[in-house]
Amino acid sequence: MTPDTDAPLLSVRDLTISFGKGRHRNVAVKDLSYDLRAGETLAIVGESGSGKSVSSMALLGLLPRGAATIEAGTARFDGRDLLHLSDEQLRGIRGDRVTMIFQEPMTSLTPVLRIGQQLTEALIEHKGMSRSQAAARGREMLTLVGLDDAPRRMKQFPHELSGGMRQRVMIAMAMASDPAILLADEPTTALDVTVQAQILDLMRDLKARFGTSIILITHDMGVVAEMADRVVVMRKGRKIEEGTVREIFETPQQDYTKALLAAVPRLGAHAAAAEPRQVVDGPSRPGARLLHTHGMSKTFRERGLFAAKAGGTAAMQDVGFDLAAGETLALVGESGSGKSTTGRAVLRLLELDQGVIEIGGTDMRRLSGGAVRKARREMQMIFQDPFASLNPRLSAGRLVAEPMVIHGLAKGRELQDRTEQLFTRVGLEADHMRRFPHEFSGGQRQRLSIARALSVNPKLIVADEPTSALDVSVQAQVLELMLELQQSLGLAYLFISHDMAVVEEVAHRVAVMRRGRIVEIGPRQAVLNDPRHPYTRALLAAVPVPDLTRTRGTLPTLDASTLPTGPLTEIAPQHMVAS
Amino acid sequence: MIHSSSTAELADDLATASAPRKRSFWRALLASPSGLIGLVIVAVLIFAALTAPVIAPYDPLRMAAGPRLDAPSTSYLMGTDDFGRDVLSRIIYGARLTLQIGVIAVGISLSCGLLLGLVAGYSSGWTERVLMRLVDVLFSFTEIVIALACLAIFGVGLTNAMIAIGIASIPFYARVTHSVVLVEKGKPYFEAAVAAGAGHLRLIFLHLLPNVVPTLIVIGTLGVSTAILAAAGLSFLGLGAQPPQPEWGFMLSSSRDLISRAPWMMIFPGLAIATTVLGFNLLGDGIREALDPRQTDR
Repeated sequence: MTPDTDAPLLSVRDLTISFGKGRHRNVAVKDLSYDLRAGETLAIVGESGSGKSVSSMALLGLLPRGAATIEAGTARFDGRDLLHLSDEQLRGIRGDRVTMIFQEPMTSLTPVLRIGQQLTEALIEHKGMSRSQAAARGREMLTLVGLDDAPRRMKQFPHELSGGMRQRVMIAMAMASDPAILLADEPTTALDVTVQAQILDLMRDLKARFGTSIILITHDMGVVAEMADRVVVMRKGRKIEEGTVREIFETPQQDYTKALLAAVPRLGAHAAAAEPRQVVDGPSRPGARLLHTHGMSKTFRERGLFAAKAGGTAAMQDVGFDLAAGETLALVGESGSGKSTTGRAVLRLLELDQGVIEIGGTDMRRLSGGAVRKARREMQMIFQDPFASLNPRLSAGRLVAEPMVIHGLAKGRELQDRTEQLFTRVGLEADHMRRFPHEFSGGQRQRLSIARALSVNPKLIVADEPTSALDVSVQAQVLELMLELQQSLGLAYLFISHDMAVVEEVAHRVAVMRRGRIVEIGPRQAVLNDPRHPYTRALLAAVPVPDLTRTRGTLPTLDASTLPTGPLTEIAPQHMVAS
Repeated sequence: MIHSSSTAELADDLATASAPRKRSFWRALLASPSGLIGLVIVAVLIFAALTAPVIAPYDPLRMAAGPRLDAPSTSYLMGTDDFGRDVLSRIIYGARLTLQIGVIAVGISLSCGLLLGLVAGYSSGWTERVLMRLVDVLFSFTEIVIALACLAIFGVGLTNAMIAIGIASIPFYARVTHSVVLVEKGKPYFEAAVAAGAGHLRLIFLHLLPNVVPTLIVIGTLGVSTAILAAAGLSFLGLGAQPPQPEWGFMLSSSRDLISRAPWMMIFPGLAIATTVLGFNLLGDGIREALDPRQTDR
């Protein structure tokens, strides 16, 4: 598995790519050079807009025609220049010598064709295999990527498989023709951590078996630490630094690389602290109980012609927890665990089937429509996607002021002043008020959402994955802001996240959800340092850590049927685990 | 269900909500070839309608302004009809009627359809189901059948034809609005507004409406051409414009018997209809391109 020191397999030189023309010309990649050796994994890391994806798409001729231009550069592979091949020649290489795995396993398989057909297509086309040979190879590959009952899988359609299984199929497709280079563009970003860990294991295993070189495009330093031999760090279209993974992690040369590594939240970094980092002098501490929930259940039913059909999906079952003023309770879990449903239920954005929600002693579920709207002054929400959660047709100033207008808190000059104060409070400038959401960056937009939520002086903020759409450096700033606001204003956060490292940074207490139930809840140290439920353990073990010294052992295998899902029992003070 | 103190603010918000990106919209519209051509054709039509008394060489209704069935010549550019009226003047005055038809018919169907679709899409539950099933029932008849039924009730005439066409296409606009509202309602900014405590009026008129309107402007512009065609069709059948109104569809139908002797009586009104329809279609396409955020946001 040690990389050869021979001549590079792929050699990219002075690659320059731009979008648009004339006055609107925008250089996406500038003078990028790197080598990829045989059997090596090269990670290209960078934040959004760094040009890491664009530069790799260019190798396969996949840039949007017309919009993007390759202005200069060569990419020598197999004695040919990939950047100057005809479409015909590129097609011969694509899917055969160089293959690709995309980020989104849900959309990169054609929904109307069977797995078998999609898997064998390239083999018949490029390798000249007969139908039965290709099918045999397909079955072999499906078994290799760890799917059971390959003959049946070949006959299935993509929608019959889970996200992780689909990504395995994508990998099987990419590896079936025994390519020289595998381009993996954020291959695990859309997957849950436990699935991500399995897929990374699989890619490592296949690389060793086939001797394929991998170009891994990612923003996740944890994935880099686990997978890469060498690393190229990109920023704003340029290569900032290049080196072996050890050099990059242990002795980074450039300030940007150092900052990038420092900004990555590391699980275990705050293991010794019983509560989140103190960022202001004399912070307010968790106080009296603010939110009490108990026995919350919700089943999503399919709507029939006139009435709801029987059955349906149970999104929450018997969920209950308390949250004190000035405290952060993190709800963690994988997709479909019901954590977002829980957050929305607390704000009464969806109606529960049963259960109790009390905020400051008022039973939220008994309030009428108008009273609920008034009660929303006390509780606000921050959403995951700061682009989609701001009305594109309202100015930033209007958006931030809107909750105050709705609740009749201020008007005229006073409204203007308070909006300005909010802008400066969250680190924006007051003259940004006239801009529209699309004129802000992702991090600034999330600051807008926070300012908007703060405008009515709420006691509780439900934050649904508030930083998962942001780059790590921006994420660090937004988390810092949220901690600072909590400690100076005494806000309570219900912090919904799938990222254990982020949770460790901000939470006082942690609740782990799985399939609509809380399986473990307790103080941060109890849950994260001494997990008792097998699912919590699996979740923590699967988190990739940007640390070369930590080698992860074999993943614990989870047997879903034996996982305890019964009522919570207290095993230590406040630490409750499903039995 | 909104705090009374905030109604003024709501109006204020509404004003700004519809204003953004105005300049870039016009620039994008003029930059697209179809938008530019469409805009020119529609501008010419509007100009003709406004200045008809000045630019028309003759009175469109005066009979025997010249010889009967005279072929196009320098004095009668498009010839004369069987009553000796100047075809060019009739077409120029006809632009007034055509524009009226387009604006009134689309105005009726757009406003009613928008309201229905907004209410149905926003309310969900029983209101939505009842309203949309009703729309489905209307949708299952061809528009011309509904228009004919309306004319049977109101009586024949151009004004009634406009109203009939307007009513007949309400279901279409209601459906489009409904589906756009459902999409917008599913976006996080809507939920964010609900979470902020916004009331029904604010949600519908400040958050949904401005995001629905761009799509409907496109549909409405395209709809103008459909309405003009439908009106021309009704007039052709004798159910719309009545003699001696210089309506293009009616001019077509009166040329029917003279098609071999005076083809100009048919060719020019036909060309006028076709060009106008093309103009509105191109303009609609241009507006759609200009409003496409993928092109304006970059």
